[in-house]
Amino acid sequence: MSTPQTLSPGTTREPEAGPAGGRRRRAGGGAWVRALRRDWQLYSLAILPLLFFLIFRYAPMLGNIIAFRKFEPGGSIFGEQWVGLRYVKMFLNDPTFWNVFSNTLILGALTLIFCFPLPIVLALLLNEIRRRALKRFLQSVSYLPHFLSMVIVAGLVMQMTALDGPINAFLDFVGASKVSFMQDSDWFRTIYVGSEVWQTVGWGTILYLAALTTIDDQLYEAARMDGASRWRQIWHVTLPGIRPTAVTLLILNIGTFMAVGFEKVLLLYNPLTYPTADVISTYLYRMGLESSNFSYAAAIGLFEAVIGLILILSANVISRRTVGTSLW
Amino acid sequence: MTRGYRVFQWFNGLILTGVVVVTLYPFVNILARSFSSQSAISAGEVNLIPKGFNLTTYKIVASDPMFWTNYRNTVVYTVVATFIAIVLTTSYAYVLSKKHLKGRKVLIGVAVFTMFFSGGLIPNYVLITSLGMKNSIWAIVLPNAISVFNLLVMKAFFESLPQDLEEAAAIDGLNTYGILWKIVLPLSKAVIATMILFYAVSFWNSWFAAFLYMNDSGLFPVTVYLRNLIAGATGADSYGAAAAEVTQAAANIQAVTIVLTVLPILAVYPFVQRYFVSGVMLGAVKG
Repeated sequence: MSTPQTLSPGTTREPEAGPAGGRRRRAGGGAWVRALRRDWQLYSLAILPLLFFLIFRYAPMLGNIIAFRKFEPGGSIFGEQWVGLRYVKMFLNDPTFWNVFSNTLILGALTLIFCFPLPIVLALLLNEIRRRALKRFLQSVSYLPHFLSMVIVAGLVMQMTALDGPINAFLDFVGASKVSFMQDSDWFRTIYVGSEVWQTVGWGTILYLAALTTIDDQLYEAARMDGASRWRQIWHVTLPGIRPTAVTLLILNIGTFMAVGFEKVLLLYNPLTYPTADVISTYLYRMGLESSNFSYAAAIGLFEAVIGLILILSANVISRRTVGTSLW
Repeated sequence: MTRGYRVFQWFNGLILTGVVVVTLYPFVNILARSFSSQSAISAGEVNLIPKGFNLTTYKIVASDPMFWTNYRNTVVYTVVATFIAIVLTTSYAYVLSKKHLKGRKVLIGVAVFTMFFSGGLIPNYVLITSLGMKNSIWAIVLPNAISVFNLLVMKAFFESLPQDLEEAAAIDGLNTYGILWKIVLPLSKAVIATMILFYAVSFWNSWFAAFLYMNDSGLFPVTVYLRNLIAGATGADSYGAAAAEVTQAAANIQAVTIVLTVLPILAVYPFVQRYFVSGVMLGAVKG
């Protein structure tokens, strides 16, 4: 997550970066022999981690090949024979797929709309608190939900929204009729996004608060001299100061746009709320692991992963072209 | 201070108080429920303080041997997984921090690419199954042994250490392993502590791997125990409690289990929170 402002000086004096590339390649094998002889102990430390990446990260990527091959449970993890685009065509013609696809887009968009800007607002509000102890207390409390297991969050959500829970007690108190929130597909998006905000907004302020402390006080001083009000100071000094952080986090958020909280949906939804709650990842989970259509589910999963990759690459390019900040 | 700003400060206080209340309310409410009688709960009367105070539900949950078995599993999985994760992450981060190393960019790329593209659920499931890791601790411990974010935090830290110490040690005849063990690691205690916390919390909280790969309830971590409870997969009758107690149990067994599961996190949270914050900063500034 480096930005031009925060890049460590060390990265600029890398010896191998630069025009030496071509020369090194011509040296070819000899250079590798020398490097291996000198650094074999360092390389040996990389063996186990590399095995980890190859087995548990790259093998499953290759395993996606079963999206185009017939797969038999218990057979080869790379499938038995080629079937071409059969499974891709299958999900493109599956009306349920398009339903879960649009659910994913809607939940992803709602999450982005609420969970990206709210930490900025909260950080600005926290930044106006002058008493250090109070500020630290407020931060500690707001970070807390981040540390909870998704199962606990789901448990809390269910207790809060239960028929005998406090929200319904309040509705009862003001004379409204009770709502069975978790069984009502109209409420799922509200509950999902609400609990997402509850869980992430406090933790999301950390990087902004850090960026805020790095803004030079002289800038505020100068703005005051020019007669800028508090609001103008926020607009012209504070917000530009946190812009690189905001852009970086926006890119990351867009990149994970399609990976709508799979675990949370899986814990909170039920057949009654499928019409709004079912997303691509939960649909492929049921298709693959409950109905054993492995190849079909893998095709959907590959589609989702490719879209995610395209999203993050394009968000990165756009932000580099427009505001000059990028992830790499 | 202008009048407008004073009004703003007042509103700000109000909003932030609201944030604190909304954040903490679910915890207080669940705690109150866990001590309340079933009749008070189903009447929707429990708010901030317990009604019909009793410890029956705590006794019921505590007398379920499976709860303690699963709790112990959580501890074992967390300890083993964190240990393996720290060893692998530290050694790879140290390698990546050596700027002169040939092929370093490729080694970094191998790790970073997995942040943006992953194999997905189905191929992972097929792989773990065909490796014969179902119903074993390895299905939980190995597939998430390196978090790339943590790896980059440690790499950034190692890069910030002064190189002359290591060079001097090398001149004194220490090999790479000796330098890492005797020079680098003692200087890295703080960052390693942070990494242990990062990994331990994520393994403590994880549930899906166990849910996916464990068929035997004796192998579940406590998160899966709780998941089955809130999903209604285990009813109160499975506790073998007397009929009156079963009614007591129905809803607030969930509350009690939530309280007992969240307790260790809440207990250590005030002490470890700042390490998390500093870890995230390190990752953000240098990663």
